[in-house]
Amino acid sequence: MADDRRAPTNKGRGGAAPALSFLETLRWAWRQLTSMRTALFLLLLLALAAVPGSIVPQRSVDQRAVQAYFERHPDLAPVLDRLGAFHVYTSVWFSAIYILLMVSLIGCILPRVAVYSRALRARPPKAPRNFSRLPASATYETEADVETVLAAAGATLGLARKDTVTVTDDGAVVEGEVRAEKGYLREFGNLVFHVSLVVVLVGVASMSLLGYRGSAIVAEGKGFSNTLTQFDEFTSGGLFDTDDLPPFSLTLDNLEATFELDGPQRGAPRSFSATGTVIDAPGEEPRPFEVKVNHPLRVDGASAYLVGSGYAPVIRVRDGKGRVVFEDAVPFLPADATYTSNGVVKVADARPEQLGFQGFFLPTAVSFGEDEIPVSAHPAAANPLLGLFAYYGDLGLDGGESQSVYVLDKDGLTQFLGDDGKPLRLMLSPGQSADLPDGMGSIEFVELRQFARFQFSAQPGVMIPLWGVSIGVLGLVLSLTIRPRRTWVRARRRDDGVTVVEIAALDRVPRSDVAQSVDDLAARLAERTGHTGNDYDTASEAEPPKKDEG
Amino acid sequence: MTLEDWANFSNNAVAAATAVLALAWLASVAQWAFGSKAVRVERAVAAAEPALVGGGSASSNAPAVDGPSSADREAAEERSDLFGRIAFSLTVLGFLVLLAAVVARGLAAERVPWGNMYEFATTGICVVLGGYLVMDVLMKVRWLAPIVLGFAVVVLGLSMTVYVPAGPLVPALDSYWLVIHVISAMVAGAGFLVGAGASVLYLLRTRADARGGAKGYLSRLPSAASMDQLAYRVTAFSFPVWTFAALISGPIWAEHAWGRPWGWDPKEVWAFITWVAYAGYLHARATAGWKGKAAAILSLIAFATFLFNFVGVNLFFPGLHSYAK
Repeated sequence: MADDRRAPTNKGRGGAAPALSFLETLRWAWRQLTSMRTALFLLLLLALAAVPGSIVPQRSVDQRAVQAYFERHPDLAPVLDRLGAFHVYTSVWFSAIYILLMVSLIGCILPRVAVYSRALRARPPKAPRNFSRLPASATYETEADVETVLAAAGATLGLARKDTVTVTDDGAVVEGEVRAEKGYLREFGNLVFHVSLVVVLVGVASMSLLGYRGSAIVAEGKGFSNTLTQFDEFTSGGLFDTDDLPPFSLTLDNLEATFELDGPQRGAPRSFSATGTVIDAPGEEPRPFEVKVNHPLRVDGASAYLVGSGYAPVIRVRDGKGRVVFEDAVPFLPADATYTSNGVVKVADARPEQLGFQGFFLPTAVSFGEDEIPVSAHPAAANPLLGLFAYYGDLGLDGGESQSVYVLDKDGLTQFLGDDGKPLRLMLSPGQSADLPDGMGSIEFVELRQFARFQFSAQPGVMIPLWGVSIGVLGLVLSLTIRPRRTWVRARRRDDGVTVVEIAALDRVPRSDVAQSVDDLAARLAERTGHTGNDYDTASEAEPPKKDEG
Repeated sequence: MTLEDWANFSNNAVAAATAVLALAWLASVAQWAFGSKAVRVERAVAAAEPALVGGGSASSNAPAVDGPSSADREAAEERSDLFGRIAFSLTVLGFLVLLAAVVARGLAAERVPWGNMYEFATTGICVVLGGYLVMDVLMKVRWLAPIVLGFAVVVLGLSMTVYVPAGPLVPALDSYWLVIHVISAMVAGAGFLVGAGASVLYLLRTRADARGGAKGYLSRLPSAASMDQLAYRVTAFSFPVWTFAALISGPIWAEHAWGRPWGWDPKEVWAFITWVAYAGYLHARATAGWKGKAAAILSLIAFATFLFNFVGVNLFFPGLHSYAK
């Protein structure tokens, strides 16, 4: 449609262009980068570049999904990994696009701010000579003099910025025009919106550079203090110093989870709530807290979110010598919606041999037969059952390498066998205990507790992008709704004593109602100044043809 | 009524509303069809008349026996108007029934009725129809009826495939942000739909104009420029609302619920893509070489990303926003 503007560039292609100097090349590159077309292209490219991150799992979102992807696509995954497909939003190419876009944006904003500040100081422009060439114009004649017409025009035009210019002949005003311009807030809103985008990007960068995020499992009755060693997972921004972790600590008293008991949504989670006490900093008074989904705990400099829950059976282990060598609440990690959970117990202090247990926990165990493995029917703990395999030997903890508490290293371990020669399977309900073969000790399921999985994080500057977008939206609304318009009213005294009034308007952003508005303006003006009836359509209306405003 | 009664009432009302809207759609298509017939006949009459006049004054009053007449045109015109009125009345009826269904669903579940994909679809279409009716009062957009109604019927029909019985919310959704965030997303989406409908018809119309004048129903549409204008105006309204939904209320809620304002969850990614695409559309309309056709196509692409976010991301991509079931 509007492709005609491209034509000249094609024409110039044949001739040998003079070589550009370095500075000229730079200026040329800058112009290209900051042109609207490039900005538009970069914007669309950014949208396109964001797509793969929604298809391929992202490390920052779900580390386990990435591992699973590697297992499912052993050939493709390494190639994708090299392309940054598993961390799209921090990849080189994605960053390149948005940094270019930001430079383009700034390069667009700066000159426009300069232009705008000049426009703010400038006066409304002179009227063009020929009004009929403008998109909308009207004219009428009146016997009122030029000054009266111009004063009326000034009053009718309302809040626009106005200048009145007159030409005198022998002391009498014979000609004059009112120049009016309104809609300066459009460009203001536009600039505010674009500046706010830069503010958002700066805020996001500050959040990710200065913030941290970690998670930890806390069983009922246990505590957490905000130091690096207590996190199960921890990531932080490049400029974050782990010595700056806010020194709060908390104790979990109770975790309450409710689930739908019947109906079609049986087993669906309904509410999670963790209560306890928190100490904001060493030496301060403990205060009670309640954390729920959607209701995080705010402490100075950080927030705690309840992101998961599960069961932590309290297990007591005696070794072959009858000593209690282990007594603790052991978190079993839920693996499905009915909270079928998996966990590990490591008893390093057991003698003569170290002991290890691996197995599952079922909150509501249901068995379908003597030899069938029971399954969990509901996430609430109606019939808790702990099922464990037992091992003895060397837990492999002395190697110095850090080990996950949820994985049993079986290299140095031997499995206990039952009387039938098959692996020994221990099934325990709360309060029950079982002896290990050969007097190696015993294990007891003392009681059932629950655990809460908290996420702890700090996002310094999180309010910057929020304010940025909010103010940006206001600017956006201004730039989309305000319509700048230039209006001119010109009055010229003819020799016969009749004043010819001409009205015209020009929109910076074309609108369909401009002709109507000019007609309205003419009608209102004519009503104020009176009109002779010539050249004016509404003259036939029942109103006195002459009505001078004194 | 018990909760179950409300739930059953809601289900029946959704089915009834779907049927009523399907009839409304048929009527609106009939309105277009007869309208285009009227235009055809009018042209045929216009072409035949000079010949008749030349043939002699006696025959000038009597139309040719087999040829089209201005009476045919008037009949077609009348039928077109009649179907238009039927379509509009049925749309109002369908909207009211659907509104009752949505309210009943809320009463049955004892919460706002947009906690899963089925509810979002039914409530969303209710918002679309309400928006369409309001817009019709303000700026006469009845020419969009076949597109809006067709879309409504298809979405309502498909929503049955993701039906879930009324029930309480999962804890993550149990927040007043559900009201703010989702309503703004639905309002923006309704506007985007109307904008996309206007853009489609704009593209058809400009193509027809370029090929020597619009024929049939296309010639009964508003001018290409005014459809383009309408598409722009609704999009310019929807874009700030979408910005609020996706980039203000969404991140605030995400910070409360998941501990981060933005985490590139698939839903967030596609909300961002939609935002960028519509920002591109608004820019394109002011950029030489992109005005008109290219901008309209861009707005359709942007709407496609919005739809994909609603359908594709809910059903195919695992993520925190997977509330389909």
